[in-house]
Amino acid sequence: MTADAPLLTARDLSKTYGTTRALDGVSLDVRAGEILAVMGPSGSGKSTLMHCLAGIVRPDSGELRYRGRDLTAASDAERSALRRGEFGFVFQFGQLVPELTCLENVALPLRMEGVRRKEAERRAAYWLERLDVAGVAGKRPGQASGGQGQRVAIARALVTEPSVVFADEPTGALDTLNGEMVMRLLTECAEQSRTAVVLVTHEPAVAAYSHREVVVRDGRIRTSAGSAR
Amino acid sequence: MSLSHTLLALLERGPRHGYDLKQEFDAQFGQDRPLHYGQVYATLARLLKNGLVEVDAVEHGGGPERKRYAVTAAGVTDVEGWLSRPESPELYLHSTLYTKVVLALLTGRDAAAVLDVQRAAHLDLMRTLTRRKTRGDLADALICDHAIFHLEADLRWLELTSARLDRLAEEVRS
Ligand SMILES: Nc1ncnc2c1ncn2[C@@H]1O[C@H](COP(=O)(O)OP(=O)(O)OP(=O)(O)O)[C@@H](O)[C@H]1O
Ligand SMILES: [Mg+2]
Repeated sequence: MTADAPLLTARDLSKTYGTTRALDGVSLDVRAGEILAVMGPSGSGKSTLMHCLAGIVRPDSGELRYRGRDLTAASDAERSALRRGEFGFVFQFGQLVPELTCLENVALPLRMEGVRRKEAERRAAYWLERLDVAGVAGKRPGQASGGQGQRVAIARALVTEPSVVFADEPTGALDTLNGEMVMRLLTECAEQSRTAVVLVTHEPAVAAYSHREVVVRDGRIRTSAGSAR
Repeated sequence: MSLSHTLLALLERGPRHGYDLKQEFDAQFGQDRPLHYGQVYATLARLLKNGLVEVDAVEHGGGPERKRYAVTAAGVTDVEGWLSRPESPELYLHSTLYTKVVLALLTGRDAAAVLDVQRAAHLDLMRTLTRRKTRGDLADALICDHAIFHLEADLRWLELTSARLDRLAEEVRS
């Protein structure tokens, strides 16, 4: 496999909810290390596209491959194993486990992979440090600010060293300054570890951290423009 | 805004006299400042010289002769190129962008594509500024931010206009 063969290849994906055509024949490649912004108005199908790419939602038709492997044919168990091992997720509202400390939250994906507690927490502490939130390690998510919580969530997404991070409006609940800090750290870390990022956002200032953008409208991709790196 | 491209695109809808062109321009775009006849005739003379319009008929009435102008194939190509090229992103572009969108709708072209190429050009500049911001000092970052927020305002307008194209099409064609 060459350096820039796509990690994810989607061809003609469609998904209907009842009478709503949430996705209507979308084709898209995600390459290793690229930061791809998925833009478009509310209800256009951005999250649905992201969920399909991440193997969370099964498209009604179309083809999806990860490193050449057909995901549409894979079983649910195979797809969730892939999600745990290869993908990371960041959502608008951190979605951290409220009963665990921030450190335990970040260590959780490793623990689920069978990594021993001490080792998992050592690696979690490293990522909290990288995201400049080592100070909240022992706190519960409820005791951290929104911006800190998002950085903890990013640490949790990166701790397994995934090849793709899916981020759905990661700065949606933050003010300009915190949003900027989160985007800067997310993209710096991703670029250093050559992690691809699929960044769903309707905010141009957030999309400006990407390498290229696609715009979803009525379940279709309008244009694929953007600068080469 | 480019008056010559605007007049060419209006002529695509059919041959017209200079007088009618002025009326039509004022109705669509003359909200803040109607055209002077002098501007219209000077622009038409230049377009004629460059082969982008031709005289399609001459009327000899009682007074001076009245020429009717038609767009040439080269003129259509010129409009086509102008509409598909993004404007270089700068502040307060709205009147040019608005004109382009309305002309695309009037001449049956893809107005959404006009907005799309413009959005891509704006976002590219925002990317460059965002990257520069992460490298420079605070003073430079603040300068970049100012430009970024203005580009953002344009982008919001582009997005909102995309969402309202159908309604705008109805209004300009009526
Ligand atoms: N689980 C679901 N059940 C029913 N309809 C759904 C479901 N998920 C999405 N939809 C519909 O599919 C369409 C696309 O939704 P999606 O969430 O992908 O949009 P979006 O672009 O992410 O919007 P937003 O910016 O508001 O998050 C919408 O009309 C939505 O109502
Ligand atoms: Mg969404």
